[in-house]
Amino acid sequence: MNIVQDLFKSIRIVVALWILTAVLYPLLTWGIGQTLFSNQANGSLVLNAQGQPIGSSLIGQPFKTDRYFWSRPSAIEYATLPEVAKTGASGASNLAPSNLALFDRIKPEAQRLRQSNIKPTADMLYTSGSGLDPHISLESAQAQIPRLSQARGMEPSRLQELINQAIDDRILWILGEPGVNVLKLNLSLDQK
Amino acid sequence: MLQGWIQIALILVTVIILTPLLGKYIARVFLHETTFLDPIFGPIDRAIMRTIGIHEAEGMSGWQYVQAVLISNIVMGIAVFSILFLQPILPFNPNQVGGLTWDLVLHTTISFLTNTDQQHYSGETTLSYGSQVFALGFLMFTSAATGLAVGIAFIRGLTGRSLGNFYQDLTQSITRILLPISFVGTLLLIASGIPETWAGTAQVTTLEGATQAIARGPVAHFEMIKQLGENGGGFFGINSAHPFENSNGLTNFIETVAMVAIPSSLIYTYGIFMGNLRQAWLVYGIVLAFFIPLVVMTAWGEFQGNGQVNTLLGSMAPNLEGKEIRFGWSLSSLWAIATTATMCGAVNAMHDSLMPIGGFSTLLNMFLQIVWGGQGTGTAYLFIFLILAVFLTGLMVGRTPEFLGRKIEKAEVVLASVILLIHPIAILIPTAITLLLPENLTGISNPGFHGLSQVVYEYTSAAANNGSGFQGLGNGTIWWNLTTSVAMLLGRYVPIVALILLADGMQRKQPVPMTDGTLRTDTGLFTGVTGVVILILGVLTFLPVLALGPIAEAFQLSSGL
Repeated sequence: MNIVQDLFKSIRIVVALWILTAVLYPLLTWGIGQTLFSNQANGSLVLNAQGQPIGSSLIGQPFKTDRYFWSRPSAIEYATLPEVAKTGASGASNLAPSNLALFDRIKPEAQRLRQSNIKPTADMLYTSGSGLDPHISLESAQAQIPRLSQARGMEPSRLQELINQAIDDRILWILGEPGVNVLKLNLSLDQK
Repeated sequence: MLQGWIQIALILVTVIILTPLLGKYIARVFLHETTFLDPIFGPIDRAIMRTIGIHEAEGMSGWQYVQAVLISNIVMGIAVFSILFLQPILPFNPNQVGGLTWDLVLHTTISFLTNTDQQHYSGETTLSYGSQVFALGFLMFTSAATGLAVGIAFIRGLTGRSLGNFYQDLTQSITRILLPISFVGTLLLIASGIPETWAGTAQVTTLEGATQAIARGPVAHFEMIKQLGENGGGFFGINSAHPFENSNGLTNFIETVAMVAIPSSLIYTYGIFMGNLRQAWLVYGIVLAFFIPLVVMTAWGEFQGNGQVNTLLGSMAPNLEGKEIRFGWSLSSLWAIATTATMCGAVNAMHDSLMPIGGFSTLLNMFLQIVWGGQGTGTAYLFIFLILAVFLTGLMVGRTPEFLGRKIEKAEVVLASVILLIHPIAILIPTAITLLLPENLTGISNPGFHGLSQVVYEYTSAAANNGSGFQGLGNGTIWWNLTTSVAMLLGRYVPIVALILLADGMQRKQPVPMTDGTLRTDTGLFTGVTGVVILILGVLTFLPVLALGPIAEAFQLSSGL
């Protein structure tokens, strides 16, 4: 079999497989996805009362003010920086456990939490993998109850109730780790 | 803590249960027996075969097979290079991202063509939807199918069958295995929250009034073949740590099982081809004997966390740097080991931030290349080690070594040695050169021993066609793009050519009848010897870099920095 023959066969098979895997397969899954699961397929966007999107239930947001539960530190500020406004972003610190820069970052963060009378927890000190982690641990949410209670004038027991409602639990009681969805929780604060 | 270990066990058990089912199915496909998907895909197969002028698929000789692999791969590479290079003027670019430098286009093309999927760019800011779907999404199928076809041709030759027809194997790998599973998996992923849309990035105003850009796109279908084909190149920069690539425990379960499923099942498929399932399960045992300890070691390290930070916290806490809450220490550790074992290379936690024992284990996986190993090729490498073990034990007892009833002679040992040696050559030489050039060292983001690990990891990931990275490394330069391209090409095509030629040679040999004097390879003793051979031949070359990298870092960390 000579090379030219193989070349022509290759070109034709590449075109055929390209149509199958890069056109038909994406087209079909897109069609089914948009029809059956249109909310998920478009990014699980959360709308406010006016119908404006205010976030996605799967993507975290930076919360820094006293009136909200704080989220985890992010290496990319949850894609709110102006230079990525058109495209979005994701990213991590990529600091090695032996890198002193890691401690230079963690120490002031722990200090800041202690000043607000919050016992530092691991997830509030370590930056997440995606920079968009929508969750904090239950422990980290509960540690912030006294601060929120003071800022909002809400009963701690009421806050605990809202936290429980905002937990994204394990799927089928076994898959994944539970976490408190911070956007869901803070939205429920505003609604009350 | 117990929950974490249970989840690891659950995923492992699922993989083991799937192995005979999928393994049997793959064997039926490539033995050209009837399967339940024939009514749907039979006509498509035949139509594709007709377009390339094959009516009755004729078997190929070794060199014909090699030629078909190389030429088809070159055609795919040129097509994809063109699409990526012309990105700024092509449609399906809602976020209007610009052009790429030629060296990045070259690196990305080679990276996806070789099933490596090493990424020196961030998907959301660099590539259009069109480039992702029409260029990279295409290669995710064909590169995986190329690996599978070669893996199947190899076992056909070893068992005295004709190598088969590459075009037919390539097509059937896609239509019968990759596409149907991906289709079902994609729908599950979309239902679980993975986007599949052609709309551009969404701009929203957050509760606190900031403007957040939510990147999305046709992710779900891309994600599924990325995992199943052991490609690993993420739609987004941060790969499967991104909530839109891996949104919850269920998607993580699907994606982890998908990346191990085919290489694990292929061992069983080999068993069917050999007519010796006992041999297959023994080989499976070798893989588990490496895999499980590596998972346990890594998970234990992450669970115990960073001692220096724990002192600050006043209690023991897992190392969550670069990890997502929904995966925690256990699922992140399992994924890190599975992805480096299978040469998938997708990540759901940042490997650069793993504890030293995690860095050690991920590197070790990629040095060995047989703890499951790459799509198709990994199982073939396992059998290369069996051949070498037969040769060594044959020398010890003074008998002509035989494997599967065929003599192992000079040609086989030479080809097996080529496969074994190209790996350290493609890793250690470029590493050494890079370390000699001070201008490259500025890319190292973590100082000290870990910096060495970053450089070694980059070339190891390239040569093993894995694609994960110690992502802190500033690798978006011409130097890194070109040198890792060379490592990827060497690590892919040299072993493929050697595997096919080795299988072709074995197929042409007269089978020798089994006698009392034949060394049986399906015994516990021989399996143990093979395990030791793998450890000695596979690890010894790399022991110095492991000692200078992660092991030294572990000592540094325990002595308080």
